[in-house]
Amino acid sequence: MIRIENVSKTFDNAKAASVDDLSLTIGEGSTVALIGPSGCGKTTTMRMINRLIDPTSGKIFVNDQDVTQADPVQLRRHIGYVIQSVGLFPHLTIGENIAAVPRLLGWSKSKLDSRVDEMLDLVGLDPAEMLKRYPRQLSGGQRQRIGVARALAADPPVLLMDEPFGAIDPIARERLQNEFKAILRRVRKTVVFVTHDLDEAIRLGDRVAIMRSGKIVQHDSPEQILSHPADEFVASFVGVDRAIKRLSLFTVRDVMTSDASEASNADLVHPDVTLKDALAIMIGRGTEALIVGEDDRATGRLTREALLSV
Amino acid sequence: MLTVAIDWIASHPSEFLRALGQHLLMSGISLGLGLAIALPLAVLILNRTSLAFGVINTVNALRTLPSLAILAVMMPLLGIGLMPSIVALTVLAVPPILLNAYVGLRDVDPDALEAAIGMGMSRRQVLWKVRIPLAAPSMFAGARTAAVQVLAGATLAPFIGGGGLGDFVVTGIGIMDMSRLLVGAVPIAILALGTEFTLGQLQRVLFSERTAS
Repeated sequence: MIRIENVSKTFDNAKAASVDDLSLTIGEGSTVALIGPSGCGKTTTMRMINRLIDPTSGKIFVNDQDVTQADPVQLRRHIGYVIQSVGLFPHLTIGENIAAVPRLLGWSKSKLDSRVDEMLDLVGLDPAEMLKRYPRQLSGGQRQRIGVARALAADPPVLLMDEPFGAIDPIARERLQNEFKAILRRVRKTVVFVTHDLDEAIRLGDRVAIMRSGKIVQHDSPEQILSHPADEFVASFVGVDRAIKRLSLFTVRDVMTSDASEASNADLVHPDVTLKDALAIMIGRGTEALIVGEDDRATGRLTREALLSV
Repeated sequence: MLTVAIDWIASHPSEFLRALGQHLLMSGISLGLGLAIALPLAVLILNRTSLAFGVINTVNALRTLPSLAILAVMMPLLGIGLMPSIVALTVLAVPPILLNAYVGLRDVDPDALEAAIGMGMSRRQVLWKVRIPLAAPSMFAGARTAAVQVLAGATLAPFIGGGGLGDFVVTGIGIMDMSRLLVGAVPIAILALGTEFTLGQLQRVLFSERTAS
């Protein structure tokens, strides 16, 4: 759990505070997205958690330890950290990169080796193929996975991510985000990530904190943010298409009826498809209803009326 | 002329080998001292901007001095012989090593540094595990330049009694014997070019993983 209490940060030579009396509690095992326009203080807020930046005032607790009193080096070894540019060490192999933090913590060789294999498995890469390679030999997406593996290697309870998927092309990004979500279901971590991509924030965040001028203007579930923006700023930030974005939080399974009587088995829509995509399919086909099913077997029906009433 | 030079070497092997040995010894010690001074100095000035400014400018000024001038300055200070030659050649070796090492250490990939600090490396660990390994190729390049400069610069050592292969060059000019001059000049050229080539290859092999795609 992370507790940020009345934290402010004013940089030297700056007139206004970058982070202004901010309080935020992030529950154990939950993921919060910090989002806002550039200069809103989201990155500063995150970097104060592992003391890459020291707050001017206020306190931050990570699992009830006051980080402002902790030794920053020891603190950071127990907080995973992923950055947009990944920052793999180019002179070390992939295996050595992943083992970096456990090695700082003095793990034994055998424990290190098995942990590295386990981490590569976790992020969906083949240890036999990857271990001895160097970062330059990997694609951007592979490197970002190694970055996540490295951050999780010492099994830290908390993970900080600074625009982790920002440098990845849009198609690979969505796949990587979904994989990351699946990883988080397996390893329960308290995650804080900074992004400027609203779709990423609502896809990954259990909660989203929208920031402006060093303050949190709304901290809520993605659903609430999209359906009930707190003010004009949030409303314009989430955009006029927020109602459509909100549909991506639900799947066909959530609103389908199990009435599959008039089913022809053609053009089945999978129940895990998001309502946003389902609506797009309806518009594309010019139809009022879709037949839902998997493995060539119809299991239900989704009407436009039901879809729009969520 | 070249065959006369080769004949001379064949008939005076001990004289030639002694000069060659002296040349290599003098160059080797100077390069070693240059590394021993320049590398720690580069680390020392790394995060001290104003100190770095002063040191870099001093070194750049040194670099503009001709090798012969450096040798000449040593004579009144240290007299003649091997010792002042080594000091002079060390002065010659420091600038390329220091400049390359400093730039290499300073311009290390900021993302790797950010990751290293963020994962909990201490300042010392960041230096030894990230900065120095990442700057190693440019440190090596500096040492390579210095090695070639020192081997070539050592040719001038005879002017202050340092000996080495330059003896033959000086003697050759003195007695107007072109082939004697070549006894010194050709091996020096081969040494310098050979060192440049060998170290270049070694550099490629040592740091191949950084550039492989």
